[in-house]
Amino acid sequence: MSVRVFVPCDTTALSLGADAVARRLEREAESRGLALTVVRNGSRGLAWLEPLVEVETPAGRVAFGPVTPGDVPALLDAGLLEGRDTHPLALGPTKAIPYLERQQRLTFARIGVTDPLSIADYLAHDGFRGLEAALTREPQDIVEEVKASGLRGRGGAAFPTGIKWQTVLDAPADQKYIVCNADEGDSGTFADRLAMECDPYMLIEGMAIAGLAVNATQGYIYLRSEYPLAKRILDAAIVRAEAAGYLGDDIRGSGRAFHLEVRLGAGAYICGEETSLLESLEGKRGLVRFKPPLPAIEGLFGRPTVVNNVLSLAAVPFILAEGAEAYAGHGMGRSRGTLALQLAGNVKRGGLVELSFGTTLRTLMEEFGGGTASGRPLRAVQVGGPLCAYLPESQWDMPLDYETFAEVGAGVGHGGVVMFDDSVDMAEQARFSMEFCKVESCGKCTPCRIGSTRGVEVIDRIRAGRDRDANLALLGELCETMEDGSLCAMGGMTPFPVQSALKHFPDDFQRAPEGDRS
Amino acid sequence: MSDSREWTPQAIQAEIDALKHKPGALLPILHAIQDRLGFVPEGAVPIIAESLGQTRAEVHGVISFYHHFRTSPPGRHVVQVCRAEACQSVGARALEAHAKASLGVDFHQTTADRDITLEAVYCLGNCACGPSIRVDDEVRGRITPEAFDALVDELRTQPLEVIG
Repeated sequence: MSVRVFVPCDTTALSLGADAVARRLEREAESRGLALTVVRNGSRGLAWLEPLVEVETPAGRVAFGPVTPGDVPALLDAGLLEGRDTHPLALGPTKAIPYLERQQRLTFARIGVTDPLSIADYLAHDGFRGLEAALTREPQDIVEEVKASGLRGRGGAAFPTGIKWQTVLDAPADQKYIVCNADEGDSGTFADRLAMECDPYMLIEGMAIAGLAVNATQGYIYLRSEYPLAKRILDAAIVRAEAAGYLGDDIRGSGRAFHLEVRLGAGAYICGEETSLLESLEGKRGLVRFKPPLPAIEGLFGRPTVVNNVLSLAAVPFILAEGAEAYAGHGMGRSRGTLALQLAGNVKRGGLVELSFGTTLRTLMEEFGGGTASGRPLRAVQVGGPLCAYLPESQWDMPLDYETFAEVGAGVGHGGVVMFDDSVDMAEQARFSMEFCKVESCGKCTPCRIGSTRGVEVIDRIRAGRDRDANLALLGELCETMEDGSLCAMGGMTPFPVQSALKHFPDDFQRAPEGDRS
Repeated sequence: MSDSREWTPQAIQAEIDALKHKPGALLPILHAIQDRLGFVPEGAVPIIAESLGQTRAEVHGVISFYHHFRTSPPGRHVVQVCRAEACQSVGARALEAHAKASLGVDFHQTTADRDITLEAVYCLGNCACGPSIRVDDEVRGRITPEAFDALVDELRTQPLEVIG
């Protein structure tokens, strides 16, 4: 019997040579006359172990990693196909890898386990149970279930998903839309990408359920153009889901329709802002709209529209299949369920960590992350993307939940955790925050469009040691103006990383200018 | 990939006609044209405008708003270097400087031999394994300056295929 060997096919595994590993395995097997079938699974999200090769044994799947093509012959010599653990790259049973074992994988239960495009695999691992349940229920019932789960928008704004759905359900219209915000632009985040590349049917199922819940028959996934692999996988998954009756005019013989299409963004960070995203979907410049009207009332093409992040929609199948209480049973306070944290940047063991709300950053960065990749002391961490604060060590013991972070002016955002060692220059990071805003501002409002340009200039003067005190005061005022006067979070939150750098790392703004240092 | 990058109004029209029935068709049309030609030629603007019943200014405005769309032909390969925070924390600033120096171009420029166009990108979603770059449609992780040079050599000696 042929032994099944799994080699992941997500962007991270591929970026580290997974294709070459798969080819080498097949070639070696052929020349040695071994019966071996290579399965291209998704990634388990243990990025530092990629490419993570797994072998199916009678006792379950056994892992090896990180594997290079050159390791393959020695791995086969050491009994890879029997799952023997004598080779230095042997990691033992995959499930028992502590990094994975200690997580609460609800949304990401399937990633890395299945072949992303296999509907049979998806069904064998609880797939489409949520949709089947939703097909037997009234729209209001589905909305109630999502409300009871306590699910809040995972894109960063944390608005209760069920309430948004209720607004769209209650809005009368001939056409409504479900729009998935897959413009995952925050540096340090890759959970949306993992969900789409490794478990695409989960997102398709979540969107179909949303369609049933609010009587919307058309959905769009607005995907960033930086994710070409996710595009290919989603397109293929949609075709297969249609063929299997999970999308289309008559979902599973229910008479209910839901159609889905992937639309590519075009390299504009601002299009992750929901109204800018809708403009872009309509074929326009991604200029932010004034709110109200809310997209739930007047959204895409002026119709009531649910705009949800990938992870919000991806959480829905579990909620419908297992019940709201199973989801709400995780978490703390008003932050219910699990949060997909992404350990990134200068980290020894980077990857996806799905945990109930309430873990501390320190636990995450030290016990999961293992400290910095460089081995130098950790100095600052940016949680939640380029519009969120840099946190110093004094803030690493707060529990990760929306309210606790909001109290200190920080954000959980989309769960990205970017670690920096002590070589970081926080004045340079503050400058980058302004520079990024300058590059990515949509240009509609002045505080963001002009403020970011002036911000770069002022920080340059500070770093050059010119009128430092006066320019620091000016920077403080500029940040206030942007925060209070901008139309959306782009200009309104760009000051957060800048102010946090000023507050917690003031010495970095007092250094001698480049060239003057001795 | 073809080097000629020649385009005809008929080719542009064919891409438009295949997509113009879609709601909000402009971005899909621009993507289709750029995927086919490597850029969106200026001469495509009036054809698109007429087909969609929009003004040339509107179409031009959309093309110029999005970083992804190019209005001049790129080199045989497009190399994007990530400039975002997660990659910064593991040496992206040094990689960026190295890439510019070793290729002798700035961002949005193409090497004199037309082999490589260098671009900036803000996050490729490979943030646990940076610094990351994208070569055409493939993302590469943990790119040191040495790995960058080796990759560029590979691209230049085998311009038809990126070796995995």
